[in-house]
Amino acid sequence: MDEAAAESGGMRRGFILWLPLVLFLGLGGLFLHGLLSPESRTIDSKMVGKPLPAFALPAAASNRPGLSTPDLTQGKPRLLNIFASWCVPCAAEAPQLMALRQAGARIDAIAIRDARGDVDRFLGRWGNPYQRIGLDARSAVQLALGSSGVPETFIIDGRGRIVHQHIGDIRAEDVPDILARLRAAQ
Amino acid sequence: MIAELGLAALWLAASLALLQLALVWFGLVGDKADLLAGVRPVAVAQAGLCAIAFLALIALFLRSDMSVALVAANSHSAKPWLYKFAGTWGNHEGSMLLWVTVMGLAGAGVALLERALRRDTHMATLGAQAAISLGFYAFLLFSSNPFARLAAAPEDGQGLNPLLQDPGLAFHPPTLYLGYVGLSVAFSFAVGALMTRNVDAAFARAMRPWVLGAWVLLTIGITAGSYWAYYELGWGGWWFWDPVENASLMPWLAATALLHSVTVLATRDALRAWTVMLAVVAFSMSMVGTFLVRSGILTSVHAFAVDPERGTFILALLLVYIGGALALFGFRVGTVREGAQFELVSRETMLVLNNLLLSVVLGVVLIGTLYPLMTEAFGHKVSVGPPYFDAVAGPIALGLMLVMIAGPVTRWRHDALRAVGGRLLVPTLVGLAALSALAVLAWGRIGVLPFLGLVIAAATAVGSLTPLGKRNLRRTPLFTYGMVIAHLGCAVSIAGMASDSAFTVEKLAAMRVGDRVSAAGWTVSLDQIGPIAGDNWTAMQADVSAARDGGTPVLLHPQSRFFTTPPTATNESAILTRWNGQLYVVLGEPTQDGRWQMRIWWKPFVTLIWLGGGLIALGGLLSLIGRERRGWMKRLRKAAA
Amino acid sequence: MTRLLLFLTLVMAQPLVAQTALPPAPYADRQLDDPAQEKKAHELMLTIRCLTCQSQSIADSNASMAADLRSQIRERIAAGEDPEAIRAWLVERYGDWVSYAPTTAPILWPLWAAPALLLLGGGALAAARVRRRHSSKRKAG
Repeated sequence: MDEAAAESGGMRRGFILWLPLVLFLGLGGLFLHGLLSPESRTIDSKMVGKPLPAFALPAAASNRPGLSTPDLTQGKPRLLNIFASWCVPCAAEAPQLMALRQAGARIDAIAIRDARGDVDRFLGRWGNPYQRIGLDARSAVQLALGSSGVPETFIIDGRGRIVHQHIGDIRAEDVPDILARLRAAQ
Repeated sequence: MIAELGLAALWLAASLALLQLALVWFGLVGDKADLLAGVRPVAVAQAGLCAIAFLALIALFLRSDMSVALVAANSHSAKPWLYKFAGTWGNHEGSMLLWVTVMGLAGAGVALLERALRRDTHMATLGAQAAISLGFYAFLLFSSNPFARLAAAPEDGQGLNPLLQDPGLAFHPPTLYLGYVGLSVAFSFAVGALMTRNVDAAFARAMRPWVLGAWVLLTIGITAGSYWAYYELGWGGWWFWDPVENASLMPWLAATALLHSVTVLATRDALRAWTVMLAVVAFSMSMVGTFLVRSGILTSVHAFAVDPERGTFILALLLVYIGGALALFGFRVGTVREGAQFELVSRETMLVLNNLLLSVVLGVVLIGTLYPLMTEAFGHKVSVGPPYFDAVAGPIALGLMLVMIAGPVTRWRHDALRAVGGRLLVPTLVGLAALSALAVLAWGRIGVLPFLGLVIAAATAVGSLTPLGKRNLRRTPLFTYGMVIAHLGCAVSIAGMASDSAFTVEKLAAMRVGDRVSAAGWTVSLDQIGPIAGDNWTAMQADVSAARDGGTPVLLHPQSRFFTTPPTATNESAILTRWNGQLYVVLGEPTQDGRWQMRIWWKPFVTLIWLGGGLIALGGLLSLIGRERRGWMKRLRKAAA
Repeated sequence: MTRLLLFLTLVMAQPLVAQTALPPAPYADRQLDDPAQEKKAHELMLTIRCLTCQSQSIADSNASMAADLRSQIRERIAAGEDPEAIRAWLVERYGDWVSYAPTTAPILWPLWAAPALLLLGGGALAAARVRRRHSSKRKAG
């Protein structure tokens, strides 16, 4: 009895002596994983799959109306582009937005922390692919959408549900994927 | 020419490290005294060569030799000389060269100074030291050569991160490195002791000065780093539980535990296996910290020298050294006999409690820091920040303070509970007095943790002095004073943290020239604002006068600075220090209507945080001198004779 | 004259990375008049992670999105909303990442359990040590 207790005690002690190595190897594995797949810096919106929050924004440009939630629940899927006239990547993605427009996509936009004159100048210079542009002067709608920067593009299905979020500027190679997703949202 | 000389010295030093390892190995295995006799001179020569390589790099930076890639990437001829000098180690390659240089010097120190340790253990320690150095030499020579030349020298360099152009920060990283290297020596001692099956009090006494020295340097490094973050980042905070900060805290926590357990081993020959384990953990935490900082696998405000490839190399070194040492521990520590016995009520038990609580804090900081990395592996992003660490580490730290009051007044081996209680009477009364005073003055207005912090800090301040009571102060050994001062420092620091958290007043104001605002008894007015130029920056500087309760106004100059190489903006806060706190003023952005955004804080007794840190380091230094003075004198006399 | 030039270059250099064309939102850097409400808002802001700079709280960040969020938080607190409700609203949009205070999501349970487990495990180890000493002492005596 005593011997058995001593034996199991010895076993336990033996296990505890190797525990640090086991924990350390786990740590090493974690570090290796961290190195191989670096932390992504993008914060995805958790609103994807959920209905759009309710909002009504005034017009951001002189020749386009403002934007509110009912405009995005008209039965047809639409792109909702989050941009700003002061944002350099937004100008860089302008040709891709024009291409999407030409391919038949309906695009609305929200201009973040912007002023009407600046937006007009921006659209005059880089082209205007948008049907409606709402002005979000204090990032309120951007925050409500779970968007973490400019530019970003959301795909909204016909019933006003967010089905996809594209973070960063749209590159030429992204255009077919976005068109496919837009069709799938029918 | 200088660069080639440095590189040659580095290669030679690396070969000597290999030679040192071989001499130790074959000397110990074959029991050949003539081989072992060569180890000491080789260790000293290796240190000399490292020093030559490092001096060469300093010379290249001071001369702004832009044909060297490292200088071109990190320096600029227009920089003040101090930052050219500090720029030597203000980058990855240079800091690694500093690391191996200090490691080489420490190896020479172990070779020359250690006399009491059994010869085979001493030699095995030097072998382990050589093995660690080899890894870092390989790292430098194969993946981060500091002496690489550019094919064509650029006209001028790219400059140093302006946040790093600060006298405090120029010396902050090397202080931490010195501490890490000290812990690497403790690690080598532990490996040497395990290899030669010689874990005993003599081993602990040989290791202790290195642990103490490392701990003092880490304390200074963390204290200085915290003050730097406080005045440089301009957010009024002094600790953000950021991954990089945690990376520097973890080795300190392990070293603090080790410092106490090594004392138990040296004095009472108990806690043998645990002390060896802690020595391994302490160094592994410095390597883990270095890995986290350099690999950039965690997002941080302080990430300055990030590169995944280097991360891979450090990870490999980490796995080889720490994994090897832990495997050795598993195999060998079973043969380490259990040390001396002690009763439940004894100083040993108190120190076990100290070690337990410190280890738990260490575990919590480690898990909290790495948790986002773990959940990321499952595709879930989370943040672990100050609310978690404060809530968890805060109460444990306060428990630690209570143990700290009781430990020093408890006798070794065996003590009576009643007697210990009697010795704790005065601190208990002081604690109760502080509790009632605070309850009357501030109950409900401050948080629970700061409240308890202030109470326990008062009790600890008095309790830390108790070991001096009933003693002849002149005959009290220096290391006892060291302990008392370090413990007092903890109380002072905790008081500062609690006071800052409980009583800080923040005021935001958009001010026009001529405006005045008042906060916490201070009247602050914006007198003037205008441009000013420095050596390699330009700034907007505000003339702000601050007066307390209608007293004489004092002029402050917060700046918003712009650096051109590389283009960056920083806020230089202006801090007015009074005996009872600091007024902290930051100049922000201009508003559209011509006003300037100002942030003003009154932080009562915030300076106690760093004063306490200084006391802790001073206590450690006195302890080190008190313990080692006699041995040093003897060796000096022998050397003179 | 050089002073004026310096001033102009500085004013022009101001926005190093353009983030906005507008002045900051009203309550971005303006405290609420009620100190109790301001305290609530400030404590919440210290625990919300900045989306643009990522390793600062929005209280410490100069980013304009953080400024807008600060203003929104102050306005909502002033309107009587509970800080934890605002945190939940943000977590619903940005996930657990946005809160520096770990939430009570299941994936965070081990994190909250860790301190207690470490304390128990370490305590058991230490207690076993002390008990073993006692029993071996009794045997010897």
